[in-house]
Amino acid sequence: MNPYLAGVLLGLLLLVTIFITGRGLGASGAFRGVVIAAVESAAPEHAQNSLYYKEFAATNPEGPLRNWLVLEVLGVFIGAFFSGVVANRIGLKLEKGPRVTNTIRIIGAGVGGALFGFGSQLGRGCTSGSALSGMAVMSFGGILTMMAIFGAGYALAYFFRKLWLK
Amino acid sequence: MGPLVPFIISDEFNLVIAVLIGIAFGFILEQAGFSSTKKLVGLFYGYDFTVLRVFFTAGVTAMVGVLLLGHYGLLDLSIIYINPTFLRSALVGGAVMGAGFIIGGFCPGTSVCAAAIGKLDAMAFLGGSLIGIIAFTEGYPFLEKFYLADELGQVRMSDQLGITMEAFGFILAFIAVAAFVATWIIENRVNKRPNKMSALQIRRYTVLAVTPFIILTVVTFLPGKEEIILKRIAEAKRQQTCVFKEINADKLATEIVNNYYQMNIIDVRSPEEYEAYHLPMAINIPFDQILDRQWEHIFKQRLRTNVFYADNDTLVKMSCLKAKFIGKSENLILQESPDEFRRMFFELEEPTPDASKHELEVYAFRSQSATGMQNLVHSLKNIGQPVKREVIKIQGGCS
Repeated sequence: MNPYLAGVLLGLLLLVTIFITGRGLGASGAFRGVVIAAVESAAPEHAQNSLYYKEFAATNPEGPLRNWLVLEVLGVFIGAFFSGVVANRIGLKLEKGPRVTNTIRIIGAGVGGALFGFGSQLGRGCTSGSALSGMAVMSFGGILTMMAIFGAGYALAYFFRKLWLK
Repeated sequence: MGPLVPFIISDEFNLVIAVLIGIAFGFILEQAGFSSTKKLVGLFYGYDFTVLRVFFTAGVTAMVGVLLLGHYGLLDLSIIYINPTFLRSALVGGAVMGAGFIIGGFCPGTSVCAAAIGKLDAMAFLGGSLIGIIAFTEGYPFLEKFYLADELGQVRMSDQLGITMEAFGFILAFIAVAAFVATWIIENRVNKRPNKMSALQIRRYTVLAVTPFIILTVVTFLPGKEEIILKRIAEAKRQQTCVFKEINADKLATEIVNNYYQMNIIDVRSPEEYEAYHLPMAINIPFDQILDRQWEHIFKQRLRTNVFYADNDTLVKMSCLKAKFIGKSENLILQESPDEFRRMFFELEEPTPDASKHELEVYAFRSQSATGMQNLVHSLKNIGQPVKREVIKIQGGCS
């Protein structure tokens, strides 16, 4: 799809979301919901005694999974799968730079995911919830986070070029 | 009107909408090619700027749309969720995410898309991000101070720069267009392609680039909903075409006693004056709050007649006019002031022995109505109150 067309569609979707719910799209918030649900069921005593889970339970009385973002991300999964079927892109694959082994790619993805997960909690949202939705409502914090994400990406790109380039 | 949650769409149904919006979100992201990690990191090495194009176009489209809807009163910009700003955690968190982006090759939303179509590296990324979040939630006692440092609240970029929202909209749209042109040139240089576009492409992209500026110009220079209402009022006043339907106190009292459920009696004075004395069954909407969203339903319904009153004739008439231009409800003005109303019904003087028959009838009627109204107020103490519609600050976002 033409990227500008995709951008306009995504922007309109974001606008509809703000119009209906009063807030933007998100992704990492759903992951947090899953993590909290998992901790609460695996180690309920620990969850009752730890600060973060206690605060979360107090502000979300309906539980971590009965959450707008969790359901939205469930939808993302369905929608992306549907799109993959339409475009014939389904299949177990590993995409990586030309000079990298499969193991390194998997480790890199895991480490990157861990950093992103940690950063998204610290920065109160990821590229969707903080940067994109923040830009739509002109949030100062959202736009700062966006600049920090892409600034750090560019600053570090040189050091990790072997992961991606020839 | 908007946001539709929670008054027009319930919180329950909102969860169904969440799934539908998510499906569209996932579909668009995948169609845009965001399930490919190479495409995503291409942004950082200059060979593929798709991410920047989609991302910036989406941001500007939504931002312009938000301004436009707000301008015409369709979306209440004062209550939508603005991601709060905590300087230190926003910057450091962003930097950590940037590192995760370049090492892992995804961001959370795109990793879900890629995992959905079977990318193994995306699944590893997803697993990693759950571990990263556990690290945060477990380490929260140590991080809390840093997490909550330098709070600025829900500030907009425009407030921070001291300019209007429209002006910042122009700046952002301009930056986006400039970035599109610059990255197109860079991408061509990296991939060794000539800087050429067909005439059709040039026309299309020009239209696309000009559209946000046209909408922003409309938002900046054409009058919005409130201005339109005020202008119509001024016009009506100038041409003296305002016709006010009036109601007198005796008639109103009869209506209250017999048909209270067909009336909204609206006190447009200040809350203090309302507290001191108000008509039976009256609600208080101070004059300067009439255009507020929480009262809109009163002026848009057509089942009850609105009766306005105040001490001051101009104030009542202005309120009635405003109400007229907000919705289509039937609006009446009480001829008497609240004080006069009180004296007429609740501070009645016994008629003298030589009073005329008419005076006696008036006395009988008014004292009966007063008792009737008092009984009504007493028995409807609870249900007579309007449903409290608090303006809710929307919580949430992706943190």
